[in-house]
Amino acid sequence: MASVEIDDVRKSFGNHPVIKGVSVAIEDGEFVILVGPSGCGKSTLLRMLAGLEHISSGEIRIGDRVVNDLPPKERDIAMVFQNYALYPHMTVADNMSFSLMLAGVPKAQIQERVKPAAEILGLSSLLERYPRQLSGGQRQRVAMGRAIVRDPQVFLFDEPLSNLDAKLRVSMRTEIKNLHQRLTTTTVYVTHDQIEAMTMADKIVVMHDGIVEQIGAPLDLYDKPANLFVAGFIGSPAMNMLSGKLDEADPSRFVTGDGIVLPAPPGIASARGKELVYGIRPEGVSLGGTVDLKVQVIEPTGSESQIVALLGKTQVTCVFRERVMLQPGEILNVSIDPRAAHLFDAKSGMRLTD
Amino acid sequence: MSTTMENGKAAPRPGTSMLMRLTESRNGLGLFFMLPAAAFLLCFLTYPLGLGVWLGFTDTSIGRPGVFIGLENYQWLWDDSVFWMSVFNTLLYTFVASVLKFVLGLWLALVLNEHLPFKNFFRAIILLPWVVPTVLSALAFWWIFDSQFSIISFVLMEWGWIDRPINFLGDPNNARASVIAANVWRGIPFVAICLLAGLQTIPQSLHEAAALDGASSWQRFRHVTLPLLTPIIAVVMTFSVLFTFTDFQLIYVLTRGGPVNATHLMATLSFQRAIPGGQLGEGAAIAVAMIPFLLGAILFSFFGLQRRKWQQGGAD
Ligand SMILES: Nc1ncnc2c1ncn2[C@@H]1O[C@H](COP(=O)(O)OP(=O)(O)O)[C@@H](O)[C@H]1O
Ligand SMILES: [Mg+2]
Repeated sequence: MASVEIDDVRKSFGNHPVIKGVSVAIEDGEFVILVGPSGCGKSTLLRMLAGLEHISSGEIRIGDRVVNDLPPKERDIAMVFQNYALYPHMTVADNMSFSLMLAGVPKAQIQERVKPAAEILGLSSLLERYPRQLSGGQRQRVAMGRAIVRDPQVFLFDEPLSNLDAKLRVSMRTEIKNLHQRLTTTTVYVTHDQIEAMTMADKIVVMHDGIVEQIGAPLDLYDKPANLFVAGFIGSPAMNMLSGKLDEADPSRFVTGDGIVLPAPPGIASARGKELVYGIRPEGVSLGGTVDLKVQVIEPTGSESQIVALLGKTQVTCVFRERVMLQPGEILNVSIDPRAAHLFDAKSGMRLTD
Repeated sequence: MSTTMENGKAAPRPGTSMLMRLTESRNGLGLFFMLPAAAFLLCFLTYPLGLGVWLGFTDTSIGRPGVFIGLENYQWLWDDSVFWMSVFNTLLYTFVASVLKFVLGLWLALVLNEHLPFKNFFRAIILLPWVVPTVLSALAFWWIFDSQFSIISFVLMEWGWIDRPINFLGDPNNARASVIAANVWRGIPFVAICLLAGLQTIPQSLHEAAALDGASSWQRFRHVTLPLLTPIIAVVMTFSVLFTFTDFQLIYVLTRGGPVNATHLMATLSFQRAIPGGQLGEGAAIAVAMIPFLLGAILFSFFGLQRRKWQQGGAD
């Protein structure tokens, strides 16, 4: 196990910059998730950690070694690929023991290490099968088994669950988290799925377009998104955003472009006069109050009701614990807790509330 | 080739005509659709092959229909040292040329699979020896191997490595080496391009996974590339061996089997005896004698070509 430090790393393919200066410090034993929309450079960053991609500038340290110029095999890391990259001509057992075999570990010892790993992952009865004879979920486990057997300094995962069906994805999430709690190996995990990030990570790194937008614990990102991008990316359904300004006379009133008045969060009087974006999460809205919503769609899920409605001319989504029995077109009175609201500078996108 | 031979599923309903039943049953319809191909094969493959085999049992010569003489041609060949020489030559030629083509072709494919500048240009160039007509390249080699004006001899003499031109095609062993070299030159592109195509089907992530697992580049080749390439190698080398074993044009242009039959292959000897020599029956018998060898090669590759255990099972 080791800490990992990524220090102002940049990467260009030809003239095309893909990673534009990323710094992340990962502590020993931490489970860190890189999350961001497709194409933002998550895989590239992970591959640079693995040594599969050259680093254009900056420094990566694993433990106390600078690994910039170390080939992959000397970095002591294991990676689980999105397509699993299992060797098709080797049995499950051989796939898992390949690295040990290359390292010249004696046969008996290999057995000793493969067996418990296979047991943890429920692969004991599949050891003699070939990858083609396995289901997607089983292949995914073999790929993890191959990583576990090595007992590396760092685990890298590149969207390991994206090829699985929804149900399996949820159960594998739990399983990977359990595994990490058991092995406590430093883990860097890439996904585009913010729910995966929220549920599994000790620390989330939100990336966008080759830069880091915010780093923090899942709930910190949820409660205090540093900018509009993070606010829109983290949380599902997404945060509602309304543009407008603070009332010149009374800074506790936020006036949207359509002239609708919403309660402003406290302590932001200095933002007076600026173009602002008002953010409120779907569950920050409660039934009963002075704000009128025109209901468009009602989606009851049983445990809660999700309502899509118009606030002025802006479409907003609200989630209530109560069951709401309304027809589309009807007016719903709601209130917004100002302490649950977020204010962002419309120009820079930065958060103004603390 | 396996045709689907499941039982016809159509339950015969009362009152359906024979024709109806035929078109509704899978086997009947299958048979019907195979007829044109079968007729074609019969006319253009089976008939000549059958005629050749029949000729081998007769003493036919050009201009005179022969009579059936049983195995006399084969008995005669059994005691014919030239025939045995051609068998030896064919095996040597096929073995050495195929091994060289495989090794050099694989090497070339691996090189072309790397990130080279002008990669596509080189890939196109590589195909040249294969696309020029054999006779043309044979003529070029004939000139290259000329006993007096050979460019090879000239260069080696310039460098002072030898004093006299090498007698490439005049000395039996030199001649064998020379025709093998020409065959290898011609055959490499086929092997290299096919193996290159095979290499490109191996996902990059497997190489990356192996690199992370600690494999050196030799170990990656040995444990990942080579095993995954074996199905393609089996196909390519089967064809390569068959082409080489039945080679004719190169030899015929370069040496006509000489000197003193040192480069006669079974194919060239068969032609030599049958057409210029006029002994159609004997020539046919030599050609028929190639069949067991070819069958052996096909059987060998049949087992090599079988889907390996790891290739079976569900798709990815
Ligand atoms: N080998 C490459 N050559 C050129 N561009 C690349 C290469 N690999 C990735 N890119 C580009 O880098 C960007 C980030 O890719 P990637 O790291 O795979 O994104 P993500 O994993 O976040 O979806 C994309 O725009 C992609 O087109
Ligand atoms: Mg990716």
